Amino acid sequence: MEFLLQPLNLLTFFPVLGVLVLLFLGKRDGLSRWVALATSLLTFGVSLWVLGMFNAENPNLQLNFAYDWIQAAGWNIRYSMGIDGLSILLVLLTTFLSPIAILSTWHAVEERVRDFMIFFLLLEMGMLGVFLAQDLFLFYIFWEFTLVPMYFLIGIWGGAQRMYAAIKFFLYTMAGSILMLLAILWLGINQGTFHLPDLIAMGGIPPEVQFWLFLAFAAAFAIKVPMWPLHSWLPDAHVQAPTAGSVILAGVLLKMGTYGFLRFNLPLFPQAAVQLAPAMATLAVIGIVYGAIVSYSQKDVKKLVAYSSISHLGFVMLGLFALNAQGIEGAILQMVNHGISTGALFLIVGFIYERRHTREFSEFGGLWKVMPVYAVLALIVSLSSMGLPGLNGFVGEFTILLGAWGAGEGGALGSVWFTVFAALGVILAAVYMLYMFQKMFLGPVTVKANEALKDLTWREIAVMVPLLVLIFWIGLYPKPFFALMHPAVEQLVTLLQAAAIH
Amino acid sequence: MNFFSSADLITALPLVFLTVWACILLLVAAFAGQRQGLVPALSLAGLLGTAYLLVSQMGLQADAFGGMFVTDGFSTFINIVLILGGVLSVALSYDYLKRMEIAKPEYYVLMLFSISGMMLMASAADLIVVFLALELLSIPLYVLAGIARGNLRSEEAGLKYFLLGAFASGFLVYGIALVYGATGTTLLSGVVAAASAGLEYPIYLVLGAGLILVGLGFKVAAVPFHMWTPDVYDGSPTSVTAFMAVGAKAAGFAALLRIFVSAFPSISEQITPVLYVMCAATLIIGNLLAIVQSNVKRMLAYSSISHAGFILMALVAYGNDAARFDVVSSALFYLLAFTFASFGSWAVVMSLEKSLGRGLEFKDYAGLFRRSPGLAMAMLVFMLSFAGVPPTLGFAGKFYLFRAVLEGGYVWLAIVGVVASLISAYYYLRLIVVMFMQEGEPEVARVPALGITAAVTAVASVVLFIFSGPLFAWASQALLRIF
Repeated sequence: MEFLLQPLNLLTFFPVLGVLVLLFLGKRDGLSRWVALATSLLTFGVSLWVLGMFNAENPNLQLNFAYDWIQAAGWNIRYSMGIDGLSILLVLLTTFLSPIAILSTWHAVEERVRDFMIFFLLLEMGMLGVFLAQDLFLFYIFWEFTLVPMYFLIGIWGGAQRMYAAIKFFLYTMAGSILMLLAILWLGINQGTFHLPDLIAMGGIPPEVQFWLFLAFAAAFAIKVPMWPLHSWLPDAHVQAPTAGSVILAGVLLKMGTYGFLRFNLPLFPQAAVQLAPAMATLAVIGIVYGAIVSYSQKDVKKLVAYSSISHLGFVMLGLFALNAQGIEGAILQMVNHGISTGALFLIVGFIYERRHTREFSEFGGLWKVMPVYAVLALIVSLSSMGLPGLNGFVGEFTILLGAWGAGEGGALGSVWFTVFAALGVILAAVYMLYMFQKMFLGPVTVKANEALKDLTWREIAVMVPLLVLIFWIGLYPKPFFALMHPAVEQLVTLLQAAAIH
Repeated sequence: MNFFSSADLITALPLVFLTVWACILLLVAAFAGQRQGLVPALSLAGLLGTAYLLVSQMGLQADAFGGMFVTDGFSTFINIVLILGGVLSVALSYDYLKRMEIAKPEYYVLMLFSISGMMLMASAADLIVVFLALELLSIPLYVLAGIARGNLRSEEAGLKYFLLGAFASGFLVYGIALVYGATGTTLLSGVVAAASAGLEYPIYLVLGAGLILVGLGFKVAAVPFHMWTPDVYDGSPTSVTAFMAVGAKAAGFAALLRIFVSAFPSISEQITPVLYVMCAATLIIGNLLAIVQSNVKRMLAYSSISHAGFILMALVAYGNDAARFDVVSSALFYLLAFTFASFGSWAVVMSLEKSLGRGLEFKDYAGLFRRSPGLAMAMLVFMLSFAGVPPTLGFAGKFYLFRAVLEGGYVWLAIVGVVASLISAYYYLRLIVVMFMQEGEPEVARVPALGITAAVTAVASVVLFIFSGPLFAWASQALLRIF
């Protein structure tokens, strides 16, 4: 009981409470939806309570809870949770997007509703655990655990190719993870602990070893992000996943990859991070441009959004490996932005898919005339995603570009060309988003089936409103968000600068 | 002249008890007549009695019979795993045999004899005793494999197992003879003493060790001595397969670990490369062949080959002094994790088996989640445990194994292991896909014993992972007697 009363444990395992209720409930679909929604809303409440207790001035981990878990046979494994400026926004993003995703399934998931909700809540638990765990072993468990419910969400409730996509998703991600497992073991054996703060404080990993450990961790995270050229699982998973699955996949699961770089690769292997920053940034920039170009050539709306994620997460990676405060803060904010904007885009796609059961551009056109409310919302979200000033995407991308520029000549990246090409990505984003918008919403209604489409229902609008509020809030007044992360980022940058001098 | 003392008997008490019990049961079986439940019930009682004696012996470190028999933490651990396997086997068998119309009382007696042989194997500190134990465990297994008389596949399995097993025993004996030739003794302690005093012809010791590896490699189904496994596993009645997959493997590894770690560290330089290649080949070939199976029983057979490969990974590092401690305990831990998942998955397979050898294809599992969510969830846990995905005991087992490998400095072997786990995840996932995501109407036999076994092993696989501290501690205290 004492275990559960710890704020972070309560937060992480709160969704499991809902799972237990669902298990006892039997197969009552309507009630299952409400229980799941209530659980996720309460979890959001708990996360706000955690936010209330969070001291933004403090750069260190807070609300810590550590417990000696496996202390035998030479293992020194602790159950250790903590939260700081690097993770708090992502935790809030997770708890914020979950009820929205659940609400979006109201009519989209009709079969085996209870099972869907159970897997969904388990997924939420896993994601929260990933962001809060401070012991490498514990982190790895949550990290791998998220695969299982997501695998089922795609595989049972997905599209026609769902089984293929589910297996591909699982194997791809696992391939990277087990390399990371070996690296975790190496740290545990040679440093004598799996506890992240201890490992960071200890330091002292020789640079040539750091190089390999960095790559092993990067294997897991880069696949998750996904960075070019390890992205090929993403379009399949996204296109086949049900809408709620896509929202969470793009909104939160991909952030687990970028968060992993931020939380583990940078502070654990700072010298390797400095050494490899140009290489990582190169991949990031290729991803930005590649994702944008491929997005433009898609004929399926959902695929377009999926590829645009590769481009957006390229920005996040570029910001992280600028290795300065601006770049990292921009990256963290961009993680949140991408979660909101792309989550909203997937919802937008989901709304029309529920009505027409197709996502081909050629099936649409002139929707503005038929569904004006829908069209306006889609426009705002598209603009946010392409980074229009005044909306959230702009703040994140601009800060990242400033950071990358600052890391140019004489900085971690060593060249301003990264920034130049990345900026090109911003322009390309405008091209493919506007192209999509034009194809779908402008012009005359070309397909007869679209003439009788009903505009959004109140439930659907209610799903979108919280996202829109954040889109404007972050776009117009991002200061509170930066304030939450600033001290922790400063501390990380100090550590990285010390490593760069060596 | 005293051949043995009462102290010897007390040291070997659990084994003696079980053997005597099995002999008595043989008589009971002859007179049991129509009371079909009697022999299995008495077998369970015998196993539980043995378990009690084992637990009361915990912590005992003693030699018996002039050093030929050892009771130590290692043997106790293996024996408890074996008894656990025995209990689960009896629980799985009773109803299954009736359903398949092959219920025979001697089945259980043979099983007890085989377990006695396995237990002797875990305690054997003399190569001749190893041979004796091997025969005692194998001969009943040959009979059990062919116990479905009249069923061609079962008969084939029995015969094949017997012929190849006899062949492998020949290798073992020849190896023992060479070791004797090199050192003048078959006692493990004597071998160590002779090796440290310097051998005139050390090559014979190496050759002998190699041949012993062949003989035992056959028992644990390591590549390239695995050819018999799929046919025997597939042809035998599934309850026998379940017993064999864990029991024979545990006993074989018990002997391998004890002999190599305690008697052959001096020749690790020559043996390690052989083990390395054998282990890598077992991991890769076992997994690759498992992928192409369309029959669940054969898939599990090949997967059990690959698990032998994983346990061998630990053994590769046996010559490294720093890692030696973890070699033994990680192998034991993995064996325990494997035991739970293996018996559990066989219980599920038996629930779906309609008549001997039917209802075992992947497609027969389609829609299992809808028909029988409990069984499907249990099978999910076993598959995840086999694949080494948290939160299951199989993950903890792999974690521990990889540690032993890394401590031994075999990074590339660890990477081979990683690739192997990835390949294995593919076919385990495929079964999950079939069970959860495809439509179908599987026929499920509702047998309490099977359901309970599946449920208990599934819960154990998860709960014991969460509270794995004591289990790690126990495995790490299961020390081998080092001479």
